[in-house]
Amino acid sequence: MPGKTVIEKIFANHSEEDISPGKIVWIDLDVVTARDFGGPNVVKNFHKNYEGESVFDPSKVFFTFDLTVPPKTIQYANNQMICRKFAKEKGVKVFDIDKGIGTHTLIENGLVQSGSIVVGTDSHMNILGAVNSFGQGMGDVDITFGFRYGRTWFEVPETVKVNIEGNPSYEYSAKDLVIKVLSILRTDKILGKSVEFYGDPIEKLDLPERITFLSMITEMGGIVGFIPFNSNTENEIKKMSGLDNVAPEIKADEDASYFDIIDLDISDIESMVSAPPYPHNGMKVSDLDKVNVDFGFVGSCTNGRIEDILKVWTILKGKRIKEGVQLSIVPATVEVYKQAFEKGILKDLLDAGAIISNPGCGGCAQGHIGMTGKGEVMVSTGNRNFPGKQGDGFNYLTSPEVVAFSVLNGFISDREF
Amino acid sequence: MTDFKIKGKVWLITDNNGELINDIDTDQIFHNAFLHITEISEMGEHTFGNLEGWEDFPEKCNPGDIVFAGSNFGAGSSRQQAVDCFEALGIKAIVSESYGAIYKRNAINSGFPILIFQQINNFVKEGAIKNLDEIEIDFIAGELKNVSSGKIFKIDPFSKVQKDIMEKGSLLTI
Repeated sequence: MPGKTVIEKIFANHSEEDISPGKIVWIDLDVVTARDFGGPNVVKNFHKNYEGESVFDPSKVFFTFDLTVPPKTIQYANNQMICRKFAKEKGVKVFDIDKGIGTHTLIENGLVQSGSIVVGTDSHMNILGAVNSFGQGMGDVDITFGFRYGRTWFEVPETVKVNIEGNPSYEYSAKDLVIKVLSILRTDKILGKSVEFYGDPIEKLDLPERITFLSMITEMGGIVGFIPFNSNTENEIKKMSGLDNVAPEIKADEDASYFDIIDLDISDIESMVSAPPYPHNGMKVSDLDKVNVDFGFVGSCTNGRIEDILKVWTILKGKRIKEGVQLSIVPATVEVYKQAFEKGILKDLLDAGAIISNPGCGGCAQGHIGMTGKGEVMVSTGNRNFPGKQGDGFNYLTSPEVVAFSVLNGFISDREF
Repeated sequence: MTDFKIKGKVWLITDNNGELINDIDTDQIFHNAFLHITEISEMGEHTFGNLEGWEDFPEKCNPGDIVFAGSNFGAGSSRQQAVDCFEALGIKAIVSESYGAIYKRNAINSGFPILIFQQINNFVKEGAIKNLDEIEIDFIAGELKNVSSGKIFKIDPFSKVQKDIMEKGSLLTI
């Protein structure tokens, strides 16, 4: 028997069947969630197919409202009501519109840990790879079945091993790193695969940086990514989750077999942006012609932690963003918002010209704040820049630092001019 | 009895150069401005509403048509609407070289046929399959026939789970 990869081990712990790549198996789910998007469809499906039945385990089913919070249209208000009513009937907890992004909220509430399998109506559920858990985004049919039975079918994905090497002199951020890696792997190298990342440039990332990096596996077409813990990771997870004990890290066997092994050298990394219209369209800020910006957005499941907001504060405190440019900051969760409040950085950010909204998914869909008008340019810490994703303009994905410098200078930049 | 063979007219979702568009994401298929919609019958009119040059697809297509698209079709979000909208229009199947991982699950779970056709982009480039050609697909045998030209192509046959779910209608009725 050859050894197993991380995903194969997690599957093996949740299935009675033998696990091998390509095989379709039934697996048990630890947590099943739905958002205010997808959630009402799940409720509708549930009534239609399982009327009068209960959910498989009310303590493992959650709603997480994060997309349109508070609701900006009557339809969204109605949709959220539908979910709340269902939740009450079934004894299911709702993380309501005040809480923030579902995936982050699940981590902060200790509902996810090493080796768990968590599904939800969010294509960035794989963020949970940062805490060594398998998170999988699903559509409403899948989630309805999960609500009822707590299990689902899965084709065991092949695993690709990606070794990241290099000792760049440039002080890069996790966002620079992921855009660099994404621009190399693009959308075909790991499509439908689980990925294990190794190498010092990535293993040294702290937990919020791991969230940033692993959130964009989706944009690479991958299923989920894992990074081996460093000496701090477990403590960081305990701190973020409030758990005194967490399950031991699931590690790949040394003789695990991989679909592909890819070696990447990132020695020439600098500040990166993903130019529209694709996240994999990565380029160095220094290679760009002057691009004037109209909007900055800091937030999203990719860069909405307090560490991200602190980076912006460090650059903007005591200054004022360029006249005519707008900056919105959306904390990922209410916990992040409280941290920002306690650190006393909100006034400096407001003085600099920032708009600070309640926690949630921010401008990543037309559900919250900060759309671009026709032809306007946004610099965003989000994870997608497809046409029409955040308005009618052009969206450059980048780090919190580049957003801060860009709104300060009025053009895309990684230092003050 | 579920019918695992279909026949219909092809829509090649191509760009200005006549090549199949790769990486069409769910926001281009079914824009996030309409995510509040939960009725499948209301979804059809928004299909490809954010895909440049294809905004009028819902008016152009007819029930029974088959969609051919470039690789990584349905990348992006988990929205089921990006599958349901084709069902609402009566589209019989989607054919592509590859799909976004979540999209693939969503289609299979809805019992909506998606087919994998290796090298599809090249065949389209060579003109082996043209827009509005009539084709026949056998899901189980993994065969695609261009009725207009008589040419037969091998495609990936349905997986077992795909067949089982389609036979029962959807994951929710198995």
